[in-house]
Amino acid sequence: MGETVPKRNPKAPRQELPVLDLVRRATTCDEVSLGFNIEQAKAEVVRCLNCKDAKCINACPLRIDIKSFIYRLLVGDYDGAYEKIAEQSPFPGVCGRVCQHELFCEDACLLGTKLDPVAIGSLERFCADHNRESARPEAEYPQPTGPKVALVGSGPASLIAAFDLVRKNYRVSVFEALHGLGGVLAYGIPPFRLPRDILNEEIARLQRMGVEFITNVIVGKTVTLDELFNEEAFDAVFVGTGAGLPWLMGIPGENLIGVYTANEFLTRINLMHAHEFPKTDTPVRVGARTVVVGGGNSAMDAARWGKRMGSQTTILFRRGRAELKARLEEIEHAEEEGVIFEYLAAPVALYGDQDGFLREMECIRMKLGEPDSSGRPSPIPIPGSEYRIPVDTVVMAIGQGPNPTLQRATPQLIAKKGKIVIDEQGQTSIPMVFAGGDVVRGGSTVILAMRDGRAAAEAIDRALKGAQGATCEPDLDQAPANA
Amino acid sequence: MNRILTKRQLTPETALFEVEAPRIARRWKPGNFIIIRPTPDSERIPLTIVGGNAERGTITMVVQAIGKTTRITVALNEGDSLADLVGPLGEAASIENVGRVLCIAGGVGVAELLPVARAFGEAGNFVTAMCGARSTAQMILDEELRQAASEVVWATDDGSHGFHGNVVQCMRDWITRNPKPDLCHVIGPIPMMRFSAELTREWGVRTYASLNPIMIDGTGMCGGCRVTVGGKVRFACVEGPEFDAHQVDFDELARRNRAYLAEERQVLESHTCRIGLGA
Ligand SMILES: Cc1cc2nc3c(=O)[nH]c(=O)nc-3n(C[C@H](O)[C@H](O)[C@H](O)COP(=O)(O)OP(=O)(O)OC[C@H]3O[C@@H](n4cnc5c(N)ncnc54)[C@H](O)[C@@H]3O)c2cc1C
Ligand SMILES: Cc1cc2nc3c(=O)[nH]c(=O)nc-3n(C[C@H](O)[C@H](O)[C@H](O)COP(=O)(O)OP(=O)(O)OC[C@H]3O[C@@H](n4cnc5c(N)ncnc54)[C@H](O)[C@@H]3O)c2cc1C
Ligand code: SF4
Ligand code: SF4
Ligand code: FES
Repeated sequence: MGETVPKRNPKAPRQELPVLDLVRRATTCDEVSLGFNIEQAKAEVVRCLNCKDAKCINACPLRIDIKSFIYRLLVGDYDGAYEKIAEQSPFPGVCGRVCQHELFCEDACLLGTKLDPVAIGSLERFCADHNRESARPEAEYPQPTGPKVALVGSGPASLIAAFDLVRKNYRVSVFEALHGLGGVLAYGIPPFRLPRDILNEEIARLQRMGVEFITNVIVGKTVTLDELFNEEAFDAVFVGTGAGLPWLMGIPGENLIGVYTANEFLTRINLMHAHEFPKTDTPVRVGARTVVVGGGNSAMDAARWGKRMGSQTTILFRRGRAELKARLEEIEHAEEEGVIFEYLAAPVALYGDQDGFLREMECIRMKLGEPDSSGRPSPIPIPGSEYRIPVDTVVMAIGQGPNPTLQRATPQLIAKKGKIVIDEQGQTSIPMVFAGGDVVRGGSTVILAMRDGRAAAEAIDRALKGAQGATCEPDLDQAPANA
Repeated sequence: MNRILTKRQLTPETALFEVEAPRIARRWKPGNFIIIRPTPDSERIPLTIVGGNAERGTITMVVQAIGKTTRITVALNEGDSLADLVGPLGEAASIENVGRVLCIAGGVGVAELLPVARAFGEAGNFVTAMCGARSTAQMILDEELRQAASEVVWATDDGSHGFHGNVVQCMRDWITRNPKPDLCHVIGPIPMMRFSAELTREWGVRTYASLNPIMIDGTGMCGGCRVTVGGKVRFACVEGPEFDAHQVDFDELARRNRAYLAEERQVLESHTCRIGLGA
């Protein structure tokens, strides 16, 4: 088949993602980033240099063959582009939206040394959206028959491990504590950043591949690790339980009504749909004035929900804009949407009325000092700079620690400061129990959790092949061409 | 999954359900609870595990209809399934052999008390179950309690059965005729827990209270269930629900449980309108 290859034009400007208009953003939870249309995708792919030594590929933690999928797009083979990505990841719809690509593939893109890097994340998303809209019939998947692997938690780390293992013929069961699947993707990240039909479809595909999803099971409570091996006959376990333990500041008034952790605030809305109350049953209190404390992804998400629910919303961050830790796109969107950013200040106390409802917040101004252990300049309180502001809702988005449930129930599972300790193989202190993602790293990112899940799947495969000889089918990806 | 095998209406607003939950049936301990959603649109609500049968693969729960979600639940029938059911949650009750244990409960707390009273009995204690109800018609699980505890003392607000008055008044009366217990366990409405804890503090008797803050996930992820105990913030769903009653900040708990009063009324009213009950 002759392919017409459009002319490359690396100097063409990088395409900007179109976004939803501000009026709709203020009143709906429709997705904010609209994704490239075909013309934009065409205009963007001609920028790629098709590098001989494509650094972008190695920089992607999933090793997506970026150069090839962009080339497929270039020649107009959109199905082929999707399939190229799908060789490594069944989650282009999710990653194309929430991956911090500016730190990974796009950071390594050669074009980026002189000009703007290729918009790889947006192109990945384009492939996913185009594939979904074209509704191509999907191949029948052979159902797995090999050894049994249990994955604990249904966040990104487990999801990619499920994909890798089921493709290698393992029978995979994912156990999730909540009633919904996806981990932070479901309860933390708002639908205006990651529409739920996209998340659910990419998970449903794993189901069609033969992955079993079991909700409402807390490993360590409903079933123990020991029982998974000895009574339910699993051969290996991956622990991807995430960093779900919310931190509080320990300041006076933190238990007043109207003070939420980001997890509670976001779970009430994203998972329980409190924004549709009273159509739905779970309420959330968003008053006239909301202050979100923190500067990461959770803070942006909570603040943007606050705005959508009609509250005047401020992000209070103890350092400066350069030190914010959220994805750049989300910071910009929050700014556009009218979230007020108050830098170099932190709360010191909260005050309520006699019924226990939050009314006022006392803050202190900060200045930046020497870099601290995080490498960012440390905030130093300025004595005597305290001030008070009226507030109805406060969301504490100051970070979270590893989920402790399984560790508490399993004393043999060694953890340091709550984080499960693993060796180079990704194995924990218990043989055949592997771990990865936020429960090992503390809070990190979707793509690093996925990298861990993939590494663990490889280690599990190696360990089980070693233990079980030929019970498992040959790995199609690694089989020699003549096999 | 989560199918209701039997239902027993205990009072017009309270029902006992035996629900299929094989994994939980094997692992639960007295003091543990579950979180359910009766329908896929419902709130997640915590309910105490009142009993369990590992062979049948079932657990028992008793639900009192007070708001929308509990009303929907109480209206379910044999053969229906709960949309979601997760557990066992929380730490088990601390059961020890101390001698004489006074177990105090009010309202639907009487059902929640049952497994704890039985466990104290099985551990070798002399167990007095002291239970409060508005009237004879609201007394629940009397027979089961008689089997579980060494003695059962009822207090009814209208005096229609047993002591005439509330549970705390009953405690004051009871202590005049009985030796001091070695341990107390209290479960029920917050004011009842608070006042009985104040009384046992006067008696100088160690007391545990099983707290009922508003919960969402029940796994320690949201912090919505936080309570202050001994000046420290604790997450009741994972560190409790049982705490030293003399250390609990009941004022704060009572305030926090009223956080959504207006919203709760709103959904309840629209719910009762829809099912045609009139408010
Ligand atoms: C609000 C918010 C926004 C974010 N936005 C971004 C973003 O835009 N881009 C980005 O790259 N990163 C983002 N992050 C970080 C990213 O979401 C996490 O790093 C990532 O989800 C970690 O994945 P994981 O698989 O390790 O765990 P999680 O996603 O945390 O999933 C763990 C799952 O395990 C379940 N679980 C826990 N204990 C048990 C148990 N004992 N038994 C069974 N199940 C259990 C939990 O319920 C949960 O569903 C964000 C984080 C938050 C909180
Ligand atoms: C550990 C624990 C064990 C419990 N065991 C039982 C039991 O065995 N049987 C029983 O009938 N009830 C039990 N409850 C109380 C039960 O969870 C509430 O009655 C129920 O959540 C109310 O929901 P609703 O929608 O019907 O009423 P709503 O209208 O939502 O609330 C009515 C009142 O119930 C309380 N409440 C509301 N939401 C919650 C929530 N998510 N968690 C806790 N309390 C809430 C508040 O004080 C509120 O004012 C228990 C609560 C806890 C925390
Ligand atoms: S997954 Fe992330 S790093 Fe990999 S190609 Fe996609 S956006 Fe880039
Ligand atoms: S590094 Fe950039 S320009 Fe080179 S192949 Fe990758 S995406 Fe294209
Ligand atoms: S209910 Fe969410 S932490 Fe306890």
